[in-house]
Amino acid sequence: MSVEQENTDKDDGFAEVVTLGENDPLRLSSGETLSPFNVAYKCWGTLNEDKSNAILVCHALTGDQYARGKNPITGKEGWWPKLIGPGLPIDTDKFFVICPNVLGSCSGSTGPKETNPATGEPYGLEFPVITIADMVSAQVRLIDHLKIDKLFSVVGGSMGGMQVMHWAVNHGDRVKTAICIASTWRHSAQNIAFHEVGRQAIMADPNWRQGRYFENEDRPHAGLSVARMAAHITYMSERSLTAKFGRNLQDRDKLTFGFDADFQIESYLRYQGISFVDRFDANSYLYITRAMDYYDISAEYDGSLTAAFEGTDVKFCIMSFTSDWLYTTEESREMVRALNAVGAQVSFVEIEMDKGHDSFLLDCPDMFNIISGFLQAESDFGEGSDHE
Amino acid sequence: MNNDVISHRASDIRIDLLLIADMIPKGARVLDVGCGDGELLEYLRREKNVDARGIELSPDGVNKSVAKGLSVIQGNAEEEISHFPDNSFDYVILSQTLQAMGRPDRILKELLRVGKRAIVSFPNFGNWRVRLHLLLYGRMPVTKSLDYPWYSTPNIHFCTIRDFVDLCDELDIKIEKGMAVDSVGGRMGFNVMMFTNLFATQGLYVLTRD
Repeated sequence: MSVEQENTDKDDGFAEVVTLGENDPLRLSSGETLSPFNVAYKCWGTLNEDKSNAILVCHALTGDQYARGKNPITGKEGWWPKLIGPGLPIDTDKFFVICPNVLGSCSGSTGPKETNPATGEPYGLEFPVITIADMVSAQVRLIDHLKIDKLFSVVGGSMGGMQVMHWAVNHGDRVKTAICIASTWRHSAQNIAFHEVGRQAIMADPNWRQGRYFENEDRPHAGLSVARMAAHITYMSERSLTAKFGRNLQDRDKLTFGFDADFQIESYLRYQGISFVDRFDANSYLYITRAMDYYDISAEYDGSLTAAFEGTDVKFCIMSFTSDWLYTTEESREMVRALNAVGAQVSFVEIEMDKGHDSFLLDCPDMFNIISGFLQAESDFGEGSDHE
Repeated sequence: MNNDVISHRASDIRIDLLLIADMIPKGARVLDVGCGDGELLEYLRREKNVDARGIELSPDGVNKSVAKGLSVIQGNAEEEISHFPDNSFDYVILSQTLQAMGRPDRILKELLRVGKRAIVSFPNFGNWRVRLHLLLYGRMPVTKSLDYPWYSTPNIHFCTIRDFVDLCDELDIKIEKGMAVDSVGGRMGFNVMMFTNLFATQGLYVLTRD
């Protein structure tokens, strides 16, 4: 009872921050090293005695470690409130759930906003370019620190799903199951193109100052806001935009023949942009979008996805959404087919949702049911075979 | 055989699926094409320790299969099976689904490309009730197991047992074993084609490459 009480209290609190790699630098894909580095993370539930019930939850581009409970920085509810918690699909009565902030981000883990120990000032563009592989390397160090040998599952959507796939392909001995939602195996030309628009918007803002905006009062908020607006369009479907806004006018009866936000969709996007800049660092946005662009799990295997999956023991559960045009069903199917080609254990569902890419963050009973069923069956099945 | 069926009845699996399960050896690699909610695969995994995989069109079926701990992918069978490598399974099962395929001839070839053996069951349109229905009423038969009007049925390619045997012959597919199944899913004793085609409600065949 007291343990449960303690966990509930931890829901809303600040994250733990652990300093790692002081004696053992983190070797990055670029060849550079980071030492030391911080990982901020949140945990829910209780790690069992044989440390076999740990689930790692990986966040998306602008996400953070506050998947559940109140985010102490924004005051808002976590981003997966209906998925993680007592009695929920990722059941914290049963599993020990860890959600780390990714390397390069701006919610406590080492990134361009944090102080460079070598110079005593924020890294800015001195921060090395990182990759999804580097984010995962930092997570591996965190898992080592928590003395967890093998994760029961790694779960994530969008960029979180990229981390999941990287874990499964490159650290398969430390993962039992992998749940990859609304994601892909490599960034497409179109994905890279949208990210480049966002980066150019930030870098074109005079306040950006080659990433050294920390020396002044002004921040590149205009650029970051435009980047967010452009990206936000890609997270929604044409149908959901039409249903939500159509051509409705914003607080007016007729067109103004000016460049004010006449339409509701304009007003909505502007709000999305403006509210984003308060919680996100412009340089982090550059670094993380770059990491996603560099992502291709087949790259080390001469472009063969099948070769990447060859010999995997991880059991996969892959989901896509019908209306997601950013990371399409076809891309998920390519992973599923490659996994089937090597005889891996994989389940796949395309979920009927009209809300676009963002569906994975929304109230989606089909997604909840699949995750719940998959984890439940795996833990039952796993326990059963242990007793045999 | 009879005792066998009765003892299996307690395990809560449809009798026609049991006939299929009985033909699969322990530890086999099995793909069930159109696996529904995973009933047969779950049974095979539990009783025969098979390495089980499934393809299923309905998200609900996939959902229920996944909740049983099965590895099942959602998709169109004719499309998805083409992405499996040659000889990746010992047995590929197509149970009560042949008649819903766009090209039954192509799917039969695919089953035997992907699997060393295929087990195929289908409703027999040559059954006397079906024949009588058409003869008496002059309308497309709607029976308990074929419960759709002609314009909305997913079952677009019905055949009789005789048609099926002819197709296998044409495609150089060897029939290793064939049986007639009655309306409650039990095995019938007929060996003569005329009687089989007249009285069986289902055909059940084990196929290999010639």
